Amino acid sequence: MNPFLETFFKPNLIAQYLPSILKGVVVTIEIAFAVVICGLLLGLLLAVVRSLQIKPINALIVIFVDMFRALPPLVIVLIVYFGLPNVGISIPSFAVLWLILTLVLAAFAEEIFWAGILSVPKGQWEAARSTGLTFLGTLGYIVLPQAIRLTIPPITNRTVAITKNTALGTVIGVPEILNQATSAQSFSGNATPLMLGAIAYVILFIPVVALGRFLETRFAWRRS
Amino acid sequence: MDALLQQFFNLDIMSRALPLVLQGLWQTILLCLIVIPLGLIGGLLFALVSLARSRTVRYAMIVAIDFFRAVPPLVLLIFVYSGLPFAGIRLSPLTAVAVAFFLNTSSYYGEIYRAGIESVGRGQWDAARSTGLNAFHTLASVILPQAVRNVLPDLVSNTVEVVKLTSIASVVALPELLYSADMARSITFNASPIVLAAAIYLVMLWPVVRLISRLERRMAS
Repeated sequence: MNPFLETFFKPNLIAQYLPSILKGVVVTIEIAFAVVICGLLLGLLLAVVRSLQIKPINALIVIFVDMFRALPPLVIVLIVYFGLPNVGISIPSFAVLWLILTLVLAAFAEEIFWAGILSVPKGQWEAARSTGLTFLGTLGYIVLPQAIRLTIPPITNRTVAITKNTALGTVIGVPEILNQATSAQSFSGNATPLMLGAIAYVILFIPVVALGRFLETRFAWRRS
Repeated sequence: MDALLQQFFNLDIMSRALPLVLQGLWQTILLCLIVIPLGLIGGLLFALVSLARSRTVRYAMIVAIDFFRAVPPLVLLIFVYSGLPFAGIRLSPLTAVAVAFFLNTSSYYGEIYRAGIESVGRGQWDAARSTGLNAFHTLASVILPQAVRNVLPDLVSNTVEVVKLTSIASVVALPELLYSADMARSITFNASPIVLAAAIYLVMLWPVVRLISRLERRMAS
C-alpha cells in the first residue's frame, strides 16, 4: 500500500477510531453552540448597558473588554482550571472552557456591537425620541436593527475564530475532537486519527468561514 | 479571601518564579520576531496570489486560505509537530511552530491585505502604469502604501492575535512565557506564576488594544 495512505489514511484505523472522533465532534459542537449563544448575548447586553452611559459601569465594561482582548485564552483557561480547585472551587474542565470562551467572545462582541451602535447617526436617536419612544424603545426598534446589520460580517468572523479555540480544551482534558484524536494517535502509533480530527474540523468550520467571506462582500462596512 | 490571594497573588512565589518567567518572556519576544514578519510577508504573498489574473490560481488560493482559517491553529501545530514525524518529517518545536504559524497567520494577514488592495481603485493602478512605472513599482510605491493605510487597524489587531497565539507553542514544549509560567506552577502547586505571566501579557498588549479601539473609531468617523 502507498506509504502516504498507510500513514495518514489507514483503513482499519479509520474504522476503529472514527466513533471516538465522532464523539469528540459532538462535544465540540455542544461547547461551540453554548459559547456562541451565551457569548453573543452577553456581548450585546454589555453594549446595551454601555449605551446607558453610566460612568462607573462603563469603566468596568471597558476594563473587562480590554482584559479579555489582551490576554491569550489559554492563559486564562490554565489560571482558572489549576487555580480554583486549590481554593476549594472545582469546576469540570468543559465548564471552564465554556466559561472562558464565552467571556472572550462577549468581550470582542461588545466592542463590535458598541461600534455598530455608535455608527448610527445621532439624528436617528433624536428623531425617534421626539416621536415619544422611550430610550429602550429607540434602542430596540431603531438603533439596534441598523447597528446589528452593520456588525454581521465582523461578528461572524470573530465568532468563528473564537469558537475554533474549543481545541484548547485538549490541554485541560476536555474530550473534544483534538483530544480524542491525539489520544487515539498515541494508542495506535499512527497519524490517521490526527488526520481524521483535522478533517472533522475542516468539515465543521469551512462552511462558516465561507459564510463569513460571503457576508463580508454582501454587507461590507461602507468605508469610503 | 486570604486563600484566594495565596493561590493567585502570592508575591513570594511570584518573585521566586520571576527569573524563569522572564526567560520565557524573552523566548516569546524572539518567537514574535520570527512569526510576525513571516506572517506579514506570507500574507502579502497569499494576497497577491489570490488576486492573480488566472481564475484557477485565484480560486485555488482562496480555497487554501479558507482551509487554513477553518483548522484551529492548535490542531495545525500538533499535526505538524506530532503527525508529520510518522511520514518521516521530524521538526524541532521552533520549526514546527514557524511552519504552522506561517500557514495560519499568512491566511489571516492575506485576507486583510486583499481587502486593502481591493479598496484602492483600479484607476490608481492604470494611472501609475501609464506613467511608465513597472508592475512591481506600482504595487510597492502606489498601491500598497494606500492599501496598508486603509486596513491598518485590522493589521494591528491581527498582530495582537498572533502575539496571543504564541502561547499555544507551550503545548509542543517550546519554553515561551506560558510554558515557563506553567512549569513554575507545577513545581509550586500555585497559580500565581501564571497570573504573573498574564500580567506580562497585559502590560505588553493592553496599550495596543487601546490603540486599536482608537484607530477603529477614527476610521469609522
